[in-house]
Amino acid sequence: MMNRGYYGKFGGAFIPEILFSTIEELVEGFLDARNSPGFWKKYTDIMSTYSCRPTPLTFAENLTKHFGGARIYIKREDLNHTGAHKLNNVMGQGLLVKRMGKTRVIAETGAGQHGVATATMAAKFGFRCTIYMGETDIARQRPNVFWMERLGAEVIPVKDGTRILKDAINEAFRDWVTNMDDTHYVLGTACGPHPFPEMVSYFQSIIGKEAQRQIVEREGKLPARVYACVGGGSNALGIFSGFLNDPVQLVGVEAGGKGLDTSRHASRLASKDASIGVAQGYKTYFLQDEDGQMKETQSVAAGLDYVGVSPILASLREEGRVRFEAASDREVLKALTLTVKKEGLIPALESAHAFAQAFKEAPDLSAEDIIVINQSGRGDKDIFTIADAYADPDWQEFIKKKAKDYRA
Amino acid sequence: MLESYLRERLKKKDILLMTHIVLGYPSFDDSFRIIETMVKAGVDLMELQIPFSDPIADGPVILRANQRALESGATVQGCFDLAEKATRAFDIPFLIMSYCNIPYRYGTKRFVSSMATRNLRGAIIPDLPPEEGQEYLNDMKEFDLAPILIISPTTTIERMKSLDNFARGFVYCIARKGVTGETTNFSDDLGVYLSQCREATSLPLALGFGIKEKADIDFLKGKAEIAVIGSQTIRTMEKKGIDSVGNFIRSLG
Repeated sequence: MMNRGYYGKFGGAFIPEILFSTIEELVEGFLDARNSPGFWKKYTDIMSTYSCRPTPLTFAENLTKHFGGARIYIKREDLNHTGAHKLNNVMGQGLLVKRMGKTRVIAETGAGQHGVATATMAAKFGFRCTIYMGETDIARQRPNVFWMERLGAEVIPVKDGTRILKDAINEAFRDWVTNMDDTHYVLGTACGPHPFPEMVSYFQSIIGKEAQRQIVEREGKLPARVYACVGGGSNALGIFSGFLNDPVQLVGVEAGGKGLDTSRHASRLASKDASIGVAQGYKTYFLQDEDGQMKETQSVAAGLDYVGVSPILASLREEGRVRFEAASDREVLKALTLTVKKEGLIPALESAHAFAQAFKEAPDLSAEDIIVINQSGRGDKDIFTIADAYADPDWQEFIKKKAKDYRA
Repeated sequence: MLESYLRERLKKKDILLMTHIVLGYPSFDDSFRIIETMVKAGVDLMELQIPFSDPIADGPVILRANQRALESGATVQGCFDLAEKATRAFDIPFLIMSYCNIPYRYGTKRFVSSMATRNLRGAIIPDLPPEEGQEYLNDMKEFDLAPILIISPTTTIERMKSLDNFARGFVYCIARKGVTGETTNFSDDLGVYLSQCREATSLPLALGFGIKEKADIDFLKGKAEIAVIGSQTIRTMEKKGIDSVGNFIRSLG
């Protein structure tokens, strides 16, 4: 596996020896599936009957009018079963797990969307399922924990490290090095050791394939720009992949948290705070200190609150193919509010980062220009966080009353 | 040379003992006292772990020791200073153990030359397979240090042989799947695995992961040259204090 899985100078497979044969087996299993005639069709069939693919491309007429610039389209990954693009990757890996004959799946989760998607896939395919989730993320995304458990998954709170996504990934690896004989690690984003970045992007490319076809069918031309939020990078790579070879500006939007001038953000490619390092099995830009210790990250969106970023995106930035920006927590809430009011759409806090950046740029484009925003997930999971941000007094009253009922 | 030291030492003992500590846990002063206690109790070589924020091959005991060390302000420079103090004070070989990002950020060559300057004898980097570590392996060769490579029960015999091409000093065989600090079953299977390792390399074999008591080490005599104790000494120190670590180590002999 010498020098495999590199994108420019990023990627690789920095894995403990114990995982070497498991990774080899996965590389072979994935290539075998990808090259097998009918595998992609089987995948798209299940995505169209079990989920809602192709997901629609919605013309945001009111937002377009509001900004008076580019025509705004929204790719509706929120309409996937379980409410986010995460299911694309998970169902694909699920088909792979069946081919490889394994019976148990494990996954990390940040916002809980990947955990719910994995638990759903495990329920459908009859796999045992364990989900690792940081204690901090459990506190902010409790409803997803509830659903994972109902779906039959065991949810293990991760109490070590920074207690968020990165620490959940570490714990999933620790499980995998112990149980690899019957267990597949369903990594949720285009990060980690080879072949995960390639494999996750492959399954997510279904978003870009559809979006490219849909916009050309609808408008007869390509968009000027495509926006996607970037945590690990899977929804962005998914939609970007449909436009990589076209003259389309691709914009990745990272979590600006409290602002790039503070250290309280999770922006690896748009800020100057990250540097190249090796952790969690791959080489990319990490938010780390001088010694190479990973830093704490911060974002209102648990799913973007991650210290590393896909090596494929790191390489696309280096090539100048993708532009990276950051949206702050405050800008994100503003964009979310506007989208709900104007279009009746509730993007996830993660996805709202892409909206925030698109809204900054849309007025400067002409009415001839088209932009596409990837709504990677739906926001109803974020009700507690969003309600807090609005400091909604009626909601608080409701929660207080609910708590009282439980004590009774 | 590390290997010849080990061969010399093996003329006097059936099996050697390598212990492990996390530098800066609970503090640098304590780390030095633990090293002193271990050397006096007769350990033959030691691995000094430079703490890392994301140690994926380590179980809860060593993971938390890494975190506590970083929380109390352990830096790579501080670790090198302490390692130097140890190599000056004690006459056994010391190795550095850490994760790939630590030497990578420090600059691989600068890291390796810093080890050589401080008289450290080699390094164990569990997340740097030879496929990714060509630069590191070349630098280690240039400074005549031993890159300790790891073999696991899932490693094929062909791969063991190919790893042997890069290994120096000894080969670190991990006893089972999983992370450090869990229970290992010292059974015939382990014996078979070690005899496969033996076929693949002429270097001395160290066995680690899950060694807790004298019976485990007795089992390994004749099958491996070095027994590695990691999590168990940390547990002992946490429960009974630094001085008890010496008694624990003597109880293994």
